[in-house]
Amino acid sequence: MLAARVVMEQGVHVEGINFFTGFCVEGHTHAIRKQAKPKRNNALWVAEQLGIKLHIVDVIEPYKSVVINPKHGYGANLNPCLDCKSFMVGKAYEWIQQHGFDFIITGEVMGQRPMSQLKHVMPVVQKESGAGDLLVRPLCAKKLPPTRPEREGWLDRDGLYDFSGRSRKPQMALAEKFGFKEYAQPAGGCCFLTDAYYSNKLADLWRTRGSRDYELDDIMLLKVGRHLRPRPHFKLIISREEGETNFLEGYRKSFTHLRTLSHGGPLALVDGEVSHDDLLLAAQLVARYSQGRDAGQVEVAIHHKNGELEQIAVTPLKPSEIPEDWHL
Amino acid sequence: MSEHQLDARNILCPLPVIRTQNAVQALQKGDRLTVVCTDPGAMHDIPTWSRINGHKVLAMKNDNNKLITITIEVDGLEP
Repeated sequence: MLAARVVMEQGVHVEGINFFTGFCVEGHTHAIRKQAKPKRNNALWVAEQLGIKLHIVDVIEPYKSVVINPKHGYGANLNPCLDCKSFMVGKAYEWIQQHGFDFIITGEVMGQRPMSQLKHVMPVVQKESGAGDLLVRPLCAKKLPPTRPEREGWLDRDGLYDFSGRSRKPQMALAEKFGFKEYAQPAGGCCFLTDAYYSNKLADLWRTRGSRDYELDDIMLLKVGRHLRPRPHFKLIISREEGETNFLEGYRKSFTHLRTLSHGGPLALVDGEVSHDDLLLAAQLVARYSQGRDAGQVEVAIHHKNGELEQIAVTPLKPSEIPEDWHL
Repeated sequence: MSEHQLDARNILCPLPVIRTQNAVQALQKGDRLTVVCTDPGAMHDIPTWSRINGHKVLAMKNDNNKLITITIEVDGLEP
């Protein structure tokens, strides 16, 4: 937002690009769980505040290679931040060539974030993205060699900044100067791959399938519900509230699924090939998370993938009967 | 002017916005696109996308957050 405004101050026409990888926290997930106040899509909000167009680009498929096999490895979790940055700048570079734009700007600040914004890796992004010196970082440009837009006079280097380090005070001061009362969450918190719990579930998915691959539905389902793996060959995805139940409803035809009949309760999807005994255990777990958790018996409907319906009565598992390591 | 429909049910934002954006790219100025979604977030996101890209939101209907229908008129295409 700041970087765009800095460049707009110089009379440059700016349009925004937002890449959708499937791992974005905002947008996709705010609709799942019921919330009193719906969250906005920050990219759209920022574009509207700036009065610029925004192009949202679906990069789900090409992004897979970044997540599955990052050249520079992962951060604290399964976050491939440096590869991600190069990938996105590379996609932006393709986009500007197709749409007649002259250069790319990003809001990076040298030293702001570990991994992807360190001084020695900033040239790596320029090189690996292919954008070279058509990539301008207006907020820390004065700490970096002049880019082509500066050398050619498309941008006045004196109007750019020299921010560096983890403190966001200079950015906040600049935001105040521009009259921005509100701004979007800083980078990092906007990607599920930086989340330890989410990364653990993705690692479990890869491990149990025996291959490091995924489809959009896989990574969407990792965002929703309780995930319990009581046996190596199957896991349960159990909704935690109405919004998640509604979301999982959309997947019920693709999975064997369970619902409680005698008591209010969640919808649970069974991921994996299961035996009758496995389904009995699954039903006991689902009963545990229903309103019948303290009842002697809970009736559970098992909807098989082939359309068959089975009803069984089970005793809910006690919390002490659910090992901690079943929870993903 | 022609009328078009887009089924964006059972997908979550920003996908309904992306589908809307891609559909609009194939339309002419003055064409109308009716998007049907199930994600309540679309009630906010599609109008915002339309405003910033210069299109007009003609109608919005929210059937108890289960089915959302938004009609936009294409107006912001580049010359």
